[in-house]
Amino acid sequence: MKIIVLVKHVPDAQFDRHLTGGANTTDRSESILSELDEYALEAALQLIEARGGAAAGNKVIALSMGPAGAVNAVKKSLQIGATEGVHLSDDALAGSDAAATSLALAAAVRHLGADAPVDLILTGMASTDGETSLVPAQLAERLDLAQVTFASWLELDGGKLTARRDGDSHADTIEAELPAVVSVTDQINEPRYPNFKGIMAAKKKTITTLTLADIGVDPAQVGFSGSWTAVEAAEARPPRTAGTIITDEGDAGIKLVEFLAAQKLL
Amino acid sequence: MAKVLVFIDNPGQVLKKASLELLTIARSMGEPAVAFNGELHDDVAATLGEYGAEVLYVPSAADLDDYLVGPKASYLAAAVEASGATVVLTENSAEGREIAARLGIKLGAGVITDVVAVDPDGTAHKSVLAGSYMTTAKATTPVSVLTVKANSITPEPAATAAAPQPVTVELPETATAASARVTARNEKAASGRPDLSEARIVVAGGRGVDGNFGPLEELADVLGAAIGASRAATDAGWIGHDAQVGQTGKTVSPQLYISAGISGAIQQKAGMQTAKVIVAVNKDAESPIFEIADFGVVGDLFKVLPQATEELKKRRG
Ligand SMILES: Cc1cc2nc3c(=O)[nH]c(=O)nc-3n(C[C@H](O)[C@H](O)[C@H](O)COP(=O)(O)OP(=O)(O)OC[C@H]3O[C@@H](n4cnc5c(N)ncnc54)[C@H](O)[C@@H]3O)c2cc1C
Ligand SMILES: Nc1ncnc2c1ncn2[C@@H]1O[C@H](COP(=O)(O)O)[C@@H](O)[C@H]1O
Repeated sequence: MKIIVLVKHVPDAQFDRHLTGGANTTDRSESILSELDEYALEAALQLIEARGGAAAGNKVIALSMGPAGAVNAVKKSLQIGATEGVHLSDDALAGSDAAATSLALAAAVRHLGADAPVDLILTGMASTDGETSLVPAQLAERLDLAQVTFASWLELDGGKLTARRDGDSHADTIEAELPAVVSVTDQINEPRYPNFKGIMAAKKKTITTLTLADIGVDPAQVGFSGSWTAVEAAEARPPRTAGTIITDEGDAGIKLVEFLAAQKLL
Repeated sequence: MAKVLVFIDNPGQVLKKASLELLTIARSMGEPAVAFNGELHDDVAATLGEYGAEVLYVPSAADLDDYLVGPKASYLAAAVEASGATVVLTENSAEGREIAARLGIKLGAGVITDVVAVDPDGTAHKSVLAGSYMTTAKATTPVSVLTVKANSITPEPAATAAAPQPVTVELPETATAASARVTARNEKAASGRPDLSEARIVVAGGRGVDGNFGPLEELADVLGAAIGASRAATDAGWIGHDAQVGQTGKTVSPQLYISAGISGAIQQKAGMQTAKVIVAVNKDAESPIFEIADFGVVGDLFKVLPQATEELKKRRG
């Protein structure tokens, strides 16, 4: 079984996050593997472990597209247990929106499937910076594959996939043929941490760097020129500040209502 | 004038407020048309007309709901072609965004999600990085697809009502190829409270409610509020996952968010810090939630909330 897991390198939300430059792109200096992609990686590892693991020839390829630093998201994935890593990096990719990102990732997936077909592409439910959730659906559309998105439970049986998806008004059971693009939520599993053995083993694993030329993508199709949306302006919002804080002395419920009345919220 | 296509998916007996908002925005941009899916009730058709829908498209197939996303995107692409629309508006739900995503690729159209306001020329306004920036963005393509958050605008009916007749859009034969099938659907019981994403007031509870949402529900009922929760509360099984607010739950921007027994972790704040007014009740004065609260009470939610509920009832006589 050959699984590609899409992992994104995103600014750490524990720190202040910024947009920079004339085009208002995300500042990636303090970045980490997107927390939500760890669930996709864990799902992939559980699927191959149930089938004999790497020893039985199963592969979990962590693929990240991004600037030089994004290799760290790949390295971390290898420490957690991915069997190989791929870093798609090219200056022309800077400023790619979801449409351009999905175009480049689709070409990378085709490239990685050239020797042996890919069974499954797993992604996070959203990147913690862009938060659009557009990429998985757009990737599926570009690859002409079924999408099974926001899966909170997943099972494979031969060439068939069954998943559960929780909506607002209903919970659905979804079935699809492989290969498919599957995004998973934080309800699906409990991601593991890299342990010492994993960190040592990762040093021996291969990371392949791919450029646009390697995957046959014209630079004009990606980055700012290939994107279909443009950010025209960005304004930092003043951070929220603390208001009135009181300690309950037996009448805080009444004071709370007085505050709501003063704010004309009743 | 620009043609603006609004996608309305399975409204049931009445149109949601969010759909009325989409129609109101569509009118501010050009001539509204509706691409409808699901059973069309007479009242719904009448309301669509009242809100200015001049054309009403329906799909040639009735089984779009048996598949996930793909065929609905194919239907919308065909409706865009039939209508000559240059703007498509959908709701900002998970499915609305995914349909927009695939439609964007089919049409070569830029997609902008989480939109909170649209200028007549199609420039979209949205906040990014968990509310820390307000940005304006625009599609650079001939057609643009925007997914608009609920509560972005006050819905208003058109000056003159239209009486649109349904026009059938033929689905391409390939519409259901390579699509995942929905093989079982469990409807969830309705709570009788306002929808969390649309509510004007949200009362949310966390680990501090210790399994008992009773005091929050009583307060929510007098305020006409929706109930929200932190992941700690939904993971514990005290309330359904659809009540979760935050990075992996819903993003809400109500007029008032009352947070009780929630510490205010980054992932929780990501879903609620664009609320107009935040009120927090927490035992621990060091809780990070107090850093963003407009009014904070250091106290026991089991004392403070029931007292607030009593006071509200008293004031209302
Ligand atoms: C990938 C990922 C995604 C996540 N997504 C989300 C998300 O979408 N939404 C979300 O909320 N979290 C999310 N989390 C979890 C988040 O990190 C926090 O763990 C969670 O928000 C904590 O919930 P809490 O505030 O209810 O619990 P705690 O942090 O345990 O806080 C409970 C609070 O209740 C107070 N308290 C206790 N008893 C009382 C009382 N009687 N009266 C008043 N106050 C009392 C305590 O002082 C404490 O501050 C996510 C985490 C990860 C890793
Ligand atoms: N640059 C990228 N490199 C690798 N994976 C990505 C990238 N961008 C998005 N993804 C994947 O797509 C998912 C959804 O991202 P988004 O559509 O940006 O919210 C993420 O959780 C990742 O799995």
